[in-house]
Amino acid sequence: MNKIILIIKREYFSRVKKKSFLVMTFLVPMLIIGMYALIFALSIQGGNNIPAVEVIDESGIFNKGLENKKSATFRKSELSLVEAKQKVIQNEDAFVLYIPGNISNGGTIEMFSQKKAGISVISTIESQLNDQMRTKMLADAGIDVLTLDKIKPKLSVVSKELTLEGEKDSSSGAAMAVGFAAAILIYMSLFIYGIQVMRGIIEEKTSRIVEVVISSVKPFQLMMGKIVGIGLVGLTQFLLWITLSLGLMTVASQIMFKGKMDQIKSEVPMNKQAAAVSIDGPGMDIIKAIQTVDWTYILPIFIIFFLGGYMLYSALFAAVGSAVESDTETQQFMLPITLPLLFTYIMSFSFIVNNPDSSLSFWLSIIPFTSPIAMMVRLPFGVPNWELALSIILLIAGFIFTTWLASRIYRVGILMYGKKVSFAELGKWFMYKE
Amino acid sequence: MLSIRNIVKQYAKHRALDDVSIEIEKGSVFGLLGPNGAGKTSLIRIINQITAPDQGEILLNGEKLNPSHISKIGYLPEERGLYKKMEIGDQMLYLAQLKGLSKADATSRIRYWFEKMGIQSWWNKKVEDLSKGMQQKVQFIATVVHNPELIILDEPFSGFDPVNAQLITNEILELNQKGATIIFSTHRMESVEQLCDSIALIHKSKKILDGKVKDIKDLYRNNTYKIAYSGVLDSVESSLFTINEEKKDEKGSHLTIQINPGFSSNDVLKFLIPKVQVTELTEIVPSMNDIFIQNVKN
Repeated sequence: MNKIILIIKREYFSRVKKKSFLVMTFLVPMLIIGMYALIFALSIQGGNNIPAVEVIDESGIFNKGLENKKSATFRKSELSLVEAKQKVIQNEDAFVLYIPGNISNGGTIEMFSQKKAGISVISTIESQLNDQMRTKMLADAGIDVLTLDKIKPKLSVVSKELTLEGEKDSSSGAAMAVGFAAAILIYMSLFIYGIQVMRGIIEEKTSRIVEVVISSVKPFQLMMGKIVGIGLVGLTQFLLWITLSLGLMTVASQIMFKGKMDQIKSEVPMNKQAAAVSIDGPGMDIIKAIQTVDWTYILPIFIIFFLGGYMLYSALFAAVGSAVESDTETQQFMLPITLPLLFTYIMSFSFIVNNPDSSLSFWLSIIPFTSPIAMMVRLPFGVPNWELALSIILLIAGFIFTTWLASRIYRVGILMYGKKVSFAELGKWFMYKE
Repeated sequence: MLSIRNIVKQYAKHRALDDVSIEIEKGSVFGLLGPNGAGKTSLIRIINQITAPDQGEILLNGEKLNPSHISKIGYLPEERGLYKKMEIGDQMLYLAQLKGLSKADATSRIRYWFEKMGIQSWWNKKVEDLSKGMQQKVQFIATVVHNPELIILDEPFSGFDPVNAQLITNEILELNQKGATIIFSTHRMESVEQLCDSIALIHKSKKILDGKVKDIKDLYRNNTYKIAYSGVLDSVESSLFTINEEKKDEKGSHLTIQINPGFSSNDVLKFLIPKVQVTELTEIVPSMNDIFIQNVKN
C-alpha cells in the first residue's frame, strides 16, 4: 500500500509540475473568458460597417419606409432599377433592395450588392416588410390594427422549482447547457487522460524502466498507481478550471457591467438603441443562468461519473499501452475503446436530447461503457435517484471488471519486447497463469 | 543462499526453463552463462518475482521466495532504462523507496554512492541530459543503493567503456567482499571467467553444466601444452606425446602437443632439454567459451 502511494505521488507530481499543465490550467479559463468577452464586445459594438440599403419601391406599399436597425440603415431611392444596378457595379459598398410592383399576393423581393448581405440584414428586412404587409392586409380586410394590438395577450410562463426548502427560479436552459458541457468535458477528458495513461505506460516500457520498477512492486500496483495518479491530475485540473473560471467570470462581468453603463451615458443617440438591446444580452443572461443551476447537485455527479468513466476507460488504455511499443502501433487496439465513446457521444446529442426518457436513453445511461456521457445529457431532464444509484453501482462494477481484464494483459505485455501483437495474442496473455 | 529447485516455465508453445536446479553459495560470485535466448532472463525474472514459475520452487536463505525478499535483492536488468524527464536525485529516491527504504535512509545512501562515484553534481540533472555510460552508472547505483544481500546483474558490462567497466567491476568485487552474493548473467563467457567462483551453463532452456570454475576447467583439461624452443629438433616423434601442430618462424619454433596418458609435462621436458633450448611450456586450459561450444555440440 505504501508503495502504491509512492507511485501515485510520482505520477501526480511529475505531471502537475510540468509547464504544459500550468499552461493548460490557466489558458483554458482564459479562453472561456475571452470568448465570453468577445461575444459581449460584439453585441455592444454592433457594427462599424452597417450597410446602407437603398430601397426602390415600385409597389408603393412600403411608403413609410424601413426603420433603421443596428444591422442596417435604409434610404428611399429615386433611381430606376437599371441605374441602381449600375451603381452597385461601380460601388462595392452599395446595397439595393428592389421591391417589384406586383407584390400584393406574395412574391420575391431582390437585394443587389457586390458583397453578400449578412443573414441579420436579410432577416431584418424580411420581418419589417412582412410586418408592414400584414398591417396593410389587415387594414384591407377591415380590421383595425390598433384594436388588434390592444387585444394582443401578454402571458409568459416562469418555471419555479418547488421543493421542501421553498420555491426558486430555475432555468432549464442553463441546466441543459451545463449538462451538455459536462458530457462534452467527460468525453474529451476520457480521451485526454486515458491517452496520458497509455503514453506513460509506453514510455515506461520503451525506456525499460518498467523492469526495474516491477522487481520492486507488483505490475498491478504500478498500473493502478499510474491510473489513480493521472486521475488526480485530471481532478486537480477540473477544480482549478472551475474555480478560476467562476472567479474570472465574476470579476470580468463586474468590469464589463460598469464599462457598459459608462458607454450608454456617453453614446450618441444613434447607437443608444444598440446598447440598450445588449444590456439584457448574453452578459447578464449567462450570469443569471449560472446562478440558477444547482451546482451542489450537478458537480458531485459530474465528478463521480468522470472518475468512474475515467477508471473504466483508462484501464483499457493501460492494456493497450502495455501491448505496444510506440504510439503508431496503438491504432488497431484503440478502435474498440473509441467506438463506444464515439457512439455514445453521437447518440447523446442526436437522440437522448430529444428523447431523454425513452428506454434506449435509459439503457445508455445505465450501461457502464456509455453511462458517463449519456447520464450527463439526461441529468438536466431529471433522473430518478434509483437510476442514478444503479448507474453508479454498475459503473463501479464496470471499472473493477476492466481493471481486472487490463491488469492480466498488462502484466504480460510490459515485459514483451519486439513483438507485433494481435488481438489473439492479447487473449493468450489474458489466459496466462501468474 | 539461493536454491533454485526444478524450475519449469512454460510460455504458450515455448518452454523457457526446463527443470532447472542451481545452488548458489552465500558470498560467491556466480556466473549464469548461456547464449541469447537460453532462458537466463526468464530465470532471473523468476528470482526477482517478476514472474512466477509453473513448477518448482526457489528458496532464499532457506525461506520460500516471498514479497519480503524484494528489499534483499538488487537487480540490474539487461535492458537498462530510467525515466528520461525525471531528475536523477528524485529518481534514485523513488526507486530506493520502492525497495522499502525510508526517505531519510534513501537520501543518505544515495549521497554516499554519488560521492563514491564522484557524481554529486548530477543530483538535479535530467536523465536525458546524461550520456549512456553516465546513465549506466546511475542505474548501477539504483541497483545497489538498498544494500541488497543478493545482486543480480544481467549483462552488466554491455554499454560500458573499458574505464567504467573496470570501475563497476571493482565496486562489485568490493560489495562481494562485504558479504553480498553476486549473480552475473551473460552470454559473453570470457568476461566473467576471472570474476566467477562458480557457474551454471544454460542452453535451450536446460542447465547443461554447473559447478566451481576450477573444477569444470580441470574436468575439461586434456593435457594439451604449448612449447616454444630454439635449436633444431631432429626427431620429434616420441611415445610421450602426439603432435597437434608444428610451426617455425623468426622468433623460434613452436609445438602444440597432447601428452599421452601416464606421462606428465616433466617427462616431456626431460625428453626435450638434452636436445633443444626450451623457452616456454604452458598448459592450454580450455576457456569457458571452448567448454561451452564443446557442450553445445554434443
